[in-house]
Amino acid sequence: MADKVHFELVSPERRLFSADVEMVVVPGEEGDFAVLPDHAPFVALLRPGVVEVQEAGKISARLFVRSGFAQVTPAGLTVLAEEAIDLASTTRAVLSEKLAEAEANLAAAADDAQRIRADSEVSAIRQVMDVA
Amino acid sequence: MASLKDLKLRINSVKSTQKITKAMKMVAASKLRRAQEAAEAARPYAASMEQVLASLSAGITLTEDMPKLLTGTGRDDVHLLVVATAERGLCGGFNASIVRLARQRIQALLAEGKTVKILCVGRKGRDALRRDHAKLIIDTIEVTGGIRKQGFPIAGRIADRLFALYEAGEFDVATVFYAQFKSAIAQFPTAQQIIPAALPEGDAGGPDLKGAIFTFEPGEEELLEALLPRNVAVQIYRALLENAASEEGSRMSAMDNATRNAGDMINRLTLTYNRTRQAAITKELIEIISGAEAL
Repeated sequence: MADKVHFELVSPERRLFSADVEMVVVPGEEGDFAVLPDHAPFVALLRPGVVEVQEAGKISARLFVRSGFAQVTPAGLTVLAEEAIDLASTTRAVLSEKLAEAEANLAAAADDAQRIRADSEVSAIRQVMDVA
Repeated sequence: MASLKDLKLRINSVKSTQKITKAMKMVAASKLRRAQEAAEAARPYAASMEQVLASLSAGITLTEDMPKLLTGTGRDDVHLLVVATAERGLCGGFNASIVRLARQRIQALLAEGKTVKILCVGRKGRDALRRDHAKLIIDTIEVTGGIRKQGFPIAGRIADRLFALYEAGEFDVATVFYAQFKSAIAQFPTAQQIIPAALPEGDAGGPDLKGAIFTFEPGEEELLEALLPRNVAVQIYRALLENAASEEGSRMSAMDNATRNAGDMINRLTLTYNRTRQAAITKELIEIISGAEAL
């Protein structure tokens, strides 16, 4: 049994992360899930949130993703995010900009589905800013 | 015969033109490199997206209540052509070749009695198509500052626009026209159908699936419904990136040619200039000598 899982995070613009890691925690739409080596094939939608990469029992990287989906194949985990930010290399200013954008979206939401999306985005960014 | 002064002026003006084309070539070359990197960076995303969609659609059977983006409207009457071109000219046959392909398609569709609508992305395509299909153009989206500056959101906006039109029953089939980037000297105008989604065959999905049976969360149909619109945006984004790389590649080779032509022209003009100058000197000499002999 392989003791590492191959994890890739790609956004339409570029590939943000690609490495063999111990465990990845992904914010799925129906709840967070962790991917360990030899995970069953799985496809899930994501909600806005933070993808946590764990190495040697510690969180080694945290990446904020805004909607997308994750695919687990025997070859590893691929997260396709519409937008992704590596939290190690961003500043609060960038995040507050995103927060303002998300809040504007929330205010402009036309129906319930949009409102729920925007709301979860706002709370996800707020959560990130508290710990970042 | 042009005078010496005229020739000198002419040479100088061609020289400054050459400097400009040379500079444009350099700029295009560096932009090309970045555009090419961007186009290549976008490939893993689009490829994974296709793979997931393929494994999804392989697992389900098409029914009436499936998302319309996959099944189509069941008709084939109104075609929407999304013609993606550059915002600027001076890039060789780039815009012209895309427009030519689109025009051929328009004529073929019109001959079959279909209705054609055009959505232009980029100013140059609109300018060219307006000449004989002005009535068919429904709108133009300008990509100011280039796709790299605009990023993925603009593809999302174009896609949203398409969905709104699709929902309103404004068209049945959408095809995007762009130039596929092969190398700095080879770009191919391409037509790609994006609505309804033209998915690769189930098995072509990817090499590493090993016949795996996926668990889907939420259900397969909800997932398809969420992914199909995103796939359209991704395909548009990829087309625009390919286009950006093709444009710079095309401009680079066009400007390279222009620089070389200007060089040839300078050589020819300099030759004429020198001949004229020598002829003038010879004439003066003859005049002096014959004047001396007459004494």
